[in-house]
Amino acid sequence: MRRISTIAWHTFKESVRERVLYNLVVFALLLIGAAILFGSISVGIEDVIIMNLGLSSISVFGLLMAIFIGIGLVWKEIDRRTIFSILAKPVHRHEFIIGKYLGLMVTLLINTAIMTAGFYLALAYEQRTLHWADLVALQAVYFILLQLAMVVALALLFSCISTPILSAVFTLAVYVIGNLLNDIRWFGQETGSALVMNLTALIYYLLPNFGNFNVISQIAQGRPLPSYLLVSNSCYALLYVSILLAAAILIFEEREFR
Amino acid sequence: MTSEKRKGWPPGTRRTCWAVLALSFLALVPLQQEADRQMSAQRRTEELLYVPSGRLLRRLCLGHEGLVADIYWTRAVQYFGRKRIDRATKFDLLGPLLRITTELDPNLIVAYRFGAIFLAEKAPWGAGRPEEALQLLRRGIVANPSYWRLWQDVGFIYYWDLKDYPRAADAFRVGSQQPGAHLWMKALAASVAAEGGAISSSRLLWTEIYNQAGNESMRRSAAEHLWALEAREEIDQLNALLETYQEGVGRPAQSFRDLVLAGILKGVPKDPSGVPYVVTTEGHAGPGPGSKIDLSLLQ
Amino acid sequence: MPAIETFDLTKDYFSGFFRKRPKRALDRLNLQVGDGEVFGLLGPNGAGKSTTLKLLLRLIFPTTGRATVLGRELDSVAMHARIGYLPEHPYFYDHLSAQELLNYAGELFGLDKATRRRRIGDLLTRVGLAGSEDVPLRKFSKGMLQRVGIAQALVNDPEVIFLDEPMSGLDPLGRREVRDLMLGLKGEGKTIFFSTHILSDAEMLCDRVAILDRGQLQGCGELRKILSLGISATEIVLENPHADLMAKLQPFSSRAIRTGASVRLEIPSDKDLTQVLEIVLREKGKIASLNPLKMSLEDYFLSRVSDATEQARGGRNIDIRLEGKP
Repeated sequence: MRRISTIAWHTFKESVRERVLYNLVVFALLLIGAAILFGSISVGIEDVIIMNLGLSSISVFGLLMAIFIGIGLVWKEIDRRTIFSILAKPVHRHEFIIGKYLGLMVTLLINTAIMTAGFYLALAYEQRTLHWADLVALQAVYFILLQLAMVVALALLFSCISTPILSAVFTLAVYVIGNLLNDIRWFGQETGSALVMNLTALIYYLLPNFGNFNVISQIAQGRPLPSYLLVSNSCYALLYVSILLAAAILIFEEREFR
Repeated sequence: MTSEKRKGWPPGTRRTCWAVLALSFLALVPLQQEADRQMSAQRRTEELLYVPSGRLLRRLCLGHEGLVADIYWTRAVQYFGRKRIDRATKFDLLGPLLRITTELDPNLIVAYRFGAIFLAEKAPWGAGRPEEALQLLRRGIVANPSYWRLWQDVGFIYYWDLKDYPRAADAFRVGSQQPGAHLWMKALAASVAAEGGAISSSRLLWTEIYNQAGNESMRRSAAEHLWALEAREEIDQLNALLETYQEGVGRPAQSFRDLVLAGILKGVPKDPSGVPYVVTTEGHAGPGPGSKIDLSLLQ
Repeated sequence: MPAIETFDLTKDYFSGFFRKRPKRALDRLNLQVGDGEVFGLLGPNGAGKSTTLKLLLRLIFPTTGRATVLGRELDSVAMHARIGYLPEHPYFYDHLSAQELLNYAGELFGLDKATRRRRIGDLLTRVGLAGSEDVPLRKFSKGMLQRVGIAQALVNDPEVIFLDEPMSGLDPLGRREVRDLMLGLKGEGKTIFFSTHILSDAEMLCDRVAILDRGQLQGCGELRKILSLGISATEIVLENPHADLMAKLQPFSSRAIRTGASVRLEIPSDKDLTQVLEIVLREKGKIASLNPLKMSLEDYFLSRVSDATEQARGGRNIDIRLEGKP
């Protein structure tokens, strides 16, 4: 446990020094600020636009950060051979994986918090005040964080297997497909072929269903989220992250370092 | 001494990982199925509203469809505004823009209401496509069944653009029965059923639209219509007075000053926009030069 | 109980699409390293030295066979707490300073803050980096990196230290410093297991050596014994010998090198030496010097490592059998 937190803290410090992170956060904040401008020219939906643009920015930039740093998490250590001296120490290989994951999650948590603060500032500026009701956007941010948790785990898993570029491609591909799972399954049902139907059903349950977490437009319209969604999505993300980390650990345990 | 040394740290870790993998996947299936069950009603509604291109676009948005809908909405408003400035008479893109907007975000109410006015309104103030506007509104009602004002907009199109008073009254009546509908809807339904296109019902309708206007264009349009209605009433009254003058004096009035001198009017009457009325060459009352009243709105 | 022991340790690498063709990188290695010994693993490049070290450290897994370190099997985390490792071409997190790196290592060992601070200070002084603890590692030269590497290998005050080519890439000054460090560690009773292809270093440091070639153990034994394998040859330098004398000496000498006016002869066997001396004296040749040639580690090494050029030398038929494979 102590070792996991040591590795996590070390990973956090290393991630935080990535200059790209700062660029992405600044860009996100700029975009959120631009939402105010955007609102004044898209009549009738000033508040909605800040919600949509703000939350979508947090989501997109969070995704970029998660992928960008996640793909190098393990690969960098292997490529630069820093892994040799780590594994020679009394560290279980699974502690290494879990520590890396937690370190990056903390980084993302902090960056998301910064972007969310910027978002609320923009909202306060536009509305001249903040209402208690605006806190509902935090639900959307929470779901975004759940998505990021899964994406980081994905990137980490691929990082154990292949080079950064391939990992980025795979992670992005799974993310895109994961958003379209409902359609894939619907498509399978429409074709009527039992084989295709079963295949698409298998894919539906196998791949991470990111669609469950897309609530931004709902929140922006002020429509309440069903209460089960909070619990359901939290459980889903927890389970799926466990799957991905378990897979990463299994792969890492067998890995040889020439 | 040889012994087969197994790889991997204590098998305990590998066993744990495999167990986590298997159990988590097994747990995911019922979890997802339950979530699907809860969301199925919403999803079915969404399916109804899609035509191919909107559906594709929605897929591409990957969860950001709200934002893209906002962008399309902005484009629709700008497109319309620009066309108006250029005094164009055709607004071909307005329908598709509004359709895509509402396909991306079926709950963007203002898009439906905007379309109700400007899609239906005759050229040069609108696209002149009341049927398309009705289609848009019907989809809006399906997606937002509790928003009774959309029924008002349906009734409005039948009333104003299609002059189909029985259907208009029907729409107002259905709308008035929705939860949360204002009482005046009932009054409007009754009035339209009874009197057809009387100015009083029209005035009621446009006043409501003015009060509920989602943006500046809509508000201004409603104001212009109200002015036109008011001016129409006033002109009718003034025409009656002009006839009285002619019968009394024996010749048509040249301007309203004559009526003031004759004691029929206290002062030169001004139209709702503040410009004095004039007597046209045909001897009728009409808006003066520089007046913002546009009577052709009442066609 | 030996500090390190291997039992038929074997490593195959599979190449080819269906992983059908195994390449044996290490073949049934049986080694023992005693407590407090400095043990050198020698061999040409590709002999399997790095493979052996990585197997012992569990960076790779044996195909068959097993090994123990400090009596524990290789998968014991507790054992790893008592060993230190310097990898070949050490590369550490270049955004950290030396202090931060050693602190990180210390935390992974579970040392408390006070111990860490004290030990890091001592180590940095010991490896000669006392003033550079806050400099980021990316600014370090190769020699400094090597020293940091040794420091991080010692953070936990290990009983066994593994060093993979500790002198590679260092200038003579750096090599001497590392050598002195290693001698210091030996003086503290630590066991050192290191690989190298620089024989002179091994000669200076090792108690015992093993020679690997193409994955197989070619020879293993105490250095002392190897080097004291008797005077195997004698060198005579003659001044201006005349052709007649040279002709008579021809059957006895394996090599004759002419340098200016002198000729240097190697007489491989002791018996011949007496005869040669008699011939020289009879012919009134002038002896400039007479030197016994001791077996060097290089000779032992070359005898064990099958090398085409060895045949070309046609020379010393050194065939020393000690412990180890025939």
